[in-house]
Amino acid sequence: MQKYIFSRLVQSLCILFGVLFIVFFMMQVTGDPVSLLLSRHATPQEVEEMREELGYNRPILIQFTSFVSRAVVGDFGRSFRHKQPAMDLIIERLPATVELAVTALLISLILGIPLGLISGSNPGSFWDVISRGTGLLGQTIPNFWLALILILVFSVNLGWFPSFGRETWHFMGLTLPTRSVILPAFSLSLFTMGQLIRFTRSAVLEIRSEDYVRTAYSKGIPDRKVYIRHILRNASIPLISIVGVQFGYLLSGSIYIETIFSWPGLGNLLAESIGNRDFALVQAIAFFSSFVVVTLNLLTDIAYGLADPRIRYE
Amino acid sequence: MAKILEVNDLITRFYTFDGVVHALSGVSFDLDEGETLGIVGESGSGKSVTMMSLLHLLPTPPARIEGGKALFYSNRNEQNNNTDPVDLLQLDKSGIRKIRGGKIGFIFQDALSALNPVMTIGRQISETLIEHLGMTVDEAKKRSIELLEYVGIPEAEKRFSAYPHQFSGGMRQRTMIAVAIACNPEIIIADEPTTALDVTVQAQIIELVQRLKKEMKMSVIWITHDLGVVAGMADRVLVMYAGSAVEIAPVDDLFYNPGHPYTIKLLGALPKIGEEGQHRLESIDGTPPDLLSPPAHCQFAWRCPHAAEKCWQAVPAAREISPGHHAACFFDFAARRP
Ligand SMILES: Nc1ncnc2c1ncn2[C@@H]1O[C@H](COP(=O)(O)OP(=O)(O)O)[C@@H](O)[C@H]1O
Ligand code: SF4
Ligand SMILES: [Mg+2]
Repeated sequence: MQKYIFSRLVQSLCILFGVLFIVFFMMQVTGDPVSLLLSRHATPQEVEEMREELGYNRPILIQFTSFVSRAVVGDFGRSFRHKQPAMDLIIERLPATVELAVTALLISLILGIPLGLISGSNPGSFWDVISRGTGLLGQTIPNFWLALILILVFSVNLGWFPSFGRETWHFMGLTLPTRSVILPAFSLSLFTMGQLIRFTRSAVLEIRSEDYVRTAYSKGIPDRKVYIRHILRNASIPLISIVGVQFGYLLSGSIYIETIFSWPGLGNLLAESIGNRDFALVQAIAFFSSFVVVTLNLLTDIAYGLADPRIRYE
Repeated sequence: MAKILEVNDLITRFYTFDGVVHALSGVSFDLDEGETLGIVGESGSGKSVTMMSLLHLLPTPPARIEGGKALFYSNRNEQNNNTDPVDLLQLDKSGIRKIRGGKIGFIFQDALSALNPVMTIGRQISETLIEHLGMTVDEAKKRSIELLEYVGIPEAEKRFSAYPHQFSGGMRQRTMIAVAIACNPEIIIADEPTTALDVTVQAQIIELVQRLKKEMKMSVIWITHDLGVVAGMADRVLVMYAGSAVEIAPVDDLFYNPGHPYTIKLLGALPKIGEEGQHRLESIDGTPPDLLSPPAHCQFAWRCPHAAEKCWQAVPAAREISPGHHAACFFDFAARRP
């Protein structure tokens, strides 16, 4: 197990270094940032002074080294637009994105796994058709389209939920979500839910015919317990990977959903910073999202190892 | 001796996309209290399907049990007095669940795939105890450790929380046995329990089951490919061919005086003393018939050296050729032998 964790850790670090490399050179190829910072009427001398000041005159390798050494402590420079350190802006927006991602993940788990289980245990039944249909729609309907429909029905017509913005509820020093998260989270959860339904279904179908399931029946264990203790327990191991990957994707913020609902999260910040060509901020968000995804993958691998005794006791 | 199980004319079919597989076309046999019945036959002859039909363990669909009776004369029954048998095939879901693992224990062939890889050994045993005997988790744990010791697993207390992949093949099969005997069943069904093991371990497992059978007063149904095993441990032997019981006889009778040409072929294919290796029954000439369209004549006719005209016209019924010795053949081969 230690060897397993160690090798995953080394892998993750290599990936993060690769990401830094890409993030750095991404800026190099999109043109000269200095020309954006100064007005069009700046003299060549002014441009040169600015380059000198920002360190763009140094050899590329030196620039990269200094970029990496600052990045590892979370310093990506200041946002041109907000005149604040980029990392501070991210930290400020993070709670909104986490709230949205966690809610979306919970919705997809609560609906996706039971639907997949019902569907896999009664293939061909009415509920199987419903679940498979939901799974397929979840993976094919564009979520921004669904978001618009939901707003039309539940905000405009029924008035049950606000159509945009994040409202929070402060209670005993905690910031708690309110119903404003429901529509964006539901729209965001759909794809993950579809994946969970389809995956759980096929895992259950496959595991159902394993020898050890027949053994469980031959011991006189009731169906419901066989499904939960033997089938779902075994299916949950590969499910961990799907959930981990999906959570990473949810946490890095959705540009579409956050923009449609004016949700003050990372996705929204990213959309805005791209529009402003706010390089430091784009770089910081890109790296931060990759960091979240890589870390979650690492945690997923460890959880996977813990859940499977064949790996745990290696 | 009193009967404990009586199976009559069991018919099981699989409704598949390719057609109807006539897996069992009228299998009958019985089991006495305290005896070991060996079941032999080529792979695909319906040995496993017979046992799984009795306990409703086949997937439905495609399987359907379309006829027969399986009377179980349980005498460790608290409610009804010994005399009333139950028909296993007629039991509902909760009825058969009490029998499975409670009164009839099942040992499967490959213990590695038959044990849940992510559940501890101990849990897999105690689960049965909790379900059938209503034990608490602690009581079940204590009893499971005793059972592990009883089937010869050293350091049972430590092994209770091990996982199947940490065990050797022999220990896994011992665990399966512990699961099967946990609730003190009246019958143990072992479906080729030693096929995946090497010869020494195989001998140990056979010895273990023989010992448990005596100590716990159980009856055993032992399915195997290996006629040598049957000779060593069975009281009676049932020979199956293409979904039918073709011969059933006390073990000595079967070996010295076989009554069905198929049995005679099987015995002819047995390795002589001094020959190396485990001998598989598939090694006799020809292939078994297609179960998708069973013929209206003797199933063995294509491969039988003695096939006569009437063999191609009707299905031979089982006849008693000497006391307790039945064979499904038109001719009496046993009598012709010296
Ligand atoms: N799930 C199934 N679907 C279709 N046919 C099956 C199924 N299970 C078993 N059979 C058929 O039933 C017959 C008997 O199989 P089985 O009892 O497993 O043989 P064995 O004597 O080797 O234990 C075989 O011909 C097999 O093809
Ligand atoms: S009935 Fe005829 S074909 Fe069938 S086994 Fe007997 S002799 Fe052979
Ligand atoms: Mg078999």
